[in-house]
Amino acid sequence: MIDLEHIHRDFRVGDQIVHALDDVSLHIDAGDYVSIMGPSGSGKSTLLNIIGLLDRPTAGTYRLNGRDVTDLSDTEQAEVRNREIGFVFQAFHLVPRLNAFENVELPLILAGVEPAERQRRVREALAAVGLTERAHHKPDQLSGGQRQRVAIARATIMRPNVILADEPTGNLDHRSGGEVIRTLEELNAAGIALIVVTHDPLVGERARRQLHMLDGRLERDLQTHHAPA
Amino acid sequence: MHLHSRDIGHFAWGALRSYPGRTFLMLLAMAIGVAAVIVLTALGEGARRYVVDEFSALGTNLVIVIPGRSETGGLNPSTLMGETPRDLTIADARALTRSVNVRRVAPLNVGQAEVSWGGRSREVVIVGATHEYLAIRHWKLGQGRFLPAAKWEQALPVAVIGSKIRRELFGPRRALGQWLRIGDRRYRVIGILASRGRSIGVDVEDLVIIPVASALQLFNTPSLFRILVEARSREAIAPVKRFIVDTLQRRHQGVKDVTVITQDAVLATFDRILGALTYAVGGIAAISLAVAGILIMNVMLVAVSQRTAEIGLLKALGATRRTISVLILAEAILLSGLGAVGGLLLGLAGNVVIRRILPVLPAQTPLWALLSALMVAIVTGLLFSLLPARRAAALDPVLALSRR
Ligand SMILES: Nc1ncnc2c1ncn2[C@@H]1O[C@H](COP(=O)(O)OP(=O)(O)OP(=O)(O)O)[C@@H](O)[C@H]1O
Ligand SMILES: [Mg+2]
Repeated sequence: MIDLEHIHRDFRVGDQIVHALDDVSLHIDAGDYVSIMGPSGSGKSTLLNIIGLLDRPTAGTYRLNGRDVTDLSDTEQAEVRNREIGFVFQAFHLVPRLNAFENVELPLILAGVEPAERQRRVREALAAVGLTERAHHKPDQLSGGQRQRVAIARATIMRPNVILADEPTGNLDHRSGGEVIRTLEELNAAGIALIVVTHDPLVGERARRQLHMLDGRLERDLQTHHAPA
Repeated sequence: MHLHSRDIGHFAWGALRSYPGRTFLMLLAMAIGVAAVIVLTALGEGARRYVVDEFSALGTNLVIVIPGRSETGGLNPSTLMGETPRDLTIADARALTRSVNVRRVAPLNVGQAEVSWGGRSREVVIVGATHEYLAIRHWKLGQGRFLPAAKWEQALPVAVIGSKIRRELFGPRRALGQWLRIGDRRYRVIGILASRGRSIGVDVEDLVIIPVASALQLFNTPSLFRILVEARSREAIAPVKRFIVDTLQRRHQGVKDVTVITQDAVLATFDRILGALTYAVGGIAAISLAVAGILIMNVMLVAVSQRTAEIGLLKALGATRRTISVLILAEAILLSGLGAVGGLLLGLAGNVVIRRILPVLPAQTPLWALLSALMVAIVTGLLFSLLPARRAAALDPVLALSRR
C-alpha cells in the first residue's frame, strides 16, 4: 500500500544541512500494524509527515496504493489527506471552540458531505470510541484520554486506509494511554493500517512490525508473527 | 471537495464568537465608520435641501428686478439700497405683464413704520404689494381676505397683518375690521397671514402688507423697491429676463438701469456648493472606513497567528489553500458586513435624532451615500483581509502543528 523509494529529506539550518531522512526505502502492506521507534531527532516524525503528505521529500518517490503521489498539487494532496489518511497527534489538536461532535465532523465538512449523512456518521464514530455521551462537550471538558479518542474518531470518520499516530500516548497517563492504544488496535483489527511513532517500548512492542530509526535511516525492521500479548 | 457555503458561514461565525471582545470592537470600528458616512452626508444633504426649500418658498420661477445697474450682476450695497438714477415705477411693473411668458407681476415697496392700535404701538416692516403678491410668495391667509385685485395705482387704506402683529397689538380681541394707524395714516385690517412658513429674510408673522400705492404715499417715494416677476415655467425664465431688460431699457430712454436676478442662478450656485460639501464630508467619513479596514487586517493577522495550530490541523484534515483562504475571508466579510449593517442602523437612528433636534434640517442620507458606505465597508474588509488569508493559506502544516 505504502511504497517509499530512496526518500531523502534535508533541512537547511543556517548554512548547515540536516539529513532528517537519509535514503529511506520502505514498503508497508495494507492493514499492517507498524511501530516506529528510535532516539529523539532520528527522523520518526519527518517520516510520518512524508507518509501523511504533510511534507514533501527532497528526493525519492512515494507511491500510495500504486499511485505516485510525490509531486501531486496542493489540492490533490489535500484530497488524499482527506480521504485516505487519518492523523492522530500527541497534542490531540482538537479545535477548542468546537465540541466533540463538531470536531469529528470537520473532515466531512471539508469533503462537502451532506449534513444528514454527517450526523449519522459522526454518531457512529463517537459510539465506536465510547463517547456518545460526550458528543456535546468541549475539549476542555474532556480528559486527555477522551480527547485523544475524539481525535481518533475524527481520524476514522472518512474511512481512511491508514492511520498515522505520532506519539498518541505521549501526553497521557498509563491507563488512558492503554485505552487509546486498544482503541487504535480495534481499528487495525477492522482492516485499517496503523503506523504508530512512540518512545514507549511497551507500546512499540505490541506492533506486528517494529521499525527502529537512527540518524535518518531505518536501522532495524522486526517482523513479529505472533499475536501481541 | 466543495464546502457548503452554509458550513463556511457557520465556521466563520463560530470563530468570531470565540473572541467576543475583539469581534465586538471590530464591529464597533466598522459601524462607527459607516454611521459617520451616513450621518455626515445626511447633514450635508439636509443643508442643501434646506437652502433649496427656502429658495422655493421665495416663489418658483421668480425673476427679481432691482433698480440700479450692478456691474457684477450680483448684489452690491447701492443696489440693495435701491439708489438709482431713474425710478422704477408702478407703470414699469404694469409694462412687464405684457408677455405670454409672464404669469404674475408684483411691484413691491418696503419700509419701516410705527404701527399702533388702542394705545399699543410697534416699529414694523411694511410691505407695499399687490393682490398677486400672496400667490407669488406661496403664502397662505389665516383669516379674512388679501389685498383686493384693484388697480395698482389705487391707494386703498387696507392692511393685511402677520400673526405676531395681531397678537401683540390686539391680544385676544378681534383684529379684522379694526382701523390701524401706520405712520400718520389709518388702514383697516382686512386679513391676517397664516403663520406657517418662513422665507429668507422675511418673517411672515412680523410684517404688515398694504397696497403698493398706499406704501408709496406713506413713505413719500416715487420708486419701487423691487418688482417680482413670476415666469410661466422654468424654461420661460431666460426669455422673461430678456423681455424685462428690453422693456425697461425702452421705457427708460435706452438706459440699462436695472438689475435682473433669477433665483434660479443663486439656487444653482448654492446647490453646487452644498452638493460638493456633501461629497467632501462623505469622503472624509469614508476615511474612517479605511481605518476600520486596517484594523480588521491587524486583527485578522493576529487571529491567523493565534490559530496557527487550527489552520495546520484543517490542512491535515484535507483543507486546500483555497479553502483556508475562503474561511479567513468569510470571517472578514462577515465581520465587515455585520459592522456595516450595525453602522447603517446606528446612522439612520442618528438621522432621526438630528431631525428631532433640528426640524428645519431635513437630514436624510442620499441613497448613493448609503450604498457606497456599505460597499466601501465590505470591500475594505475584504481587501484588508486578503493578506491575512494568504498568510494563513501559505502556512506549513508541519510547522503549524508542531508549534505548541
Ligand atoms: N522544520 C525543520 N527545520 C530544520 N530541521 C528540522 C525540521 N524538522 C525536523 N528537523 C530536524 O530533523 C531531524 C529529525 O527530526 P524529527 O522531528 O523527525 O525527529 P523525531 O525522531 O520525531 O524526534 P522526537 O522523538 O524528538 O520527536 C532532527 O534533527 C530535527 O532537528
Ligand atoms: Mg517526533
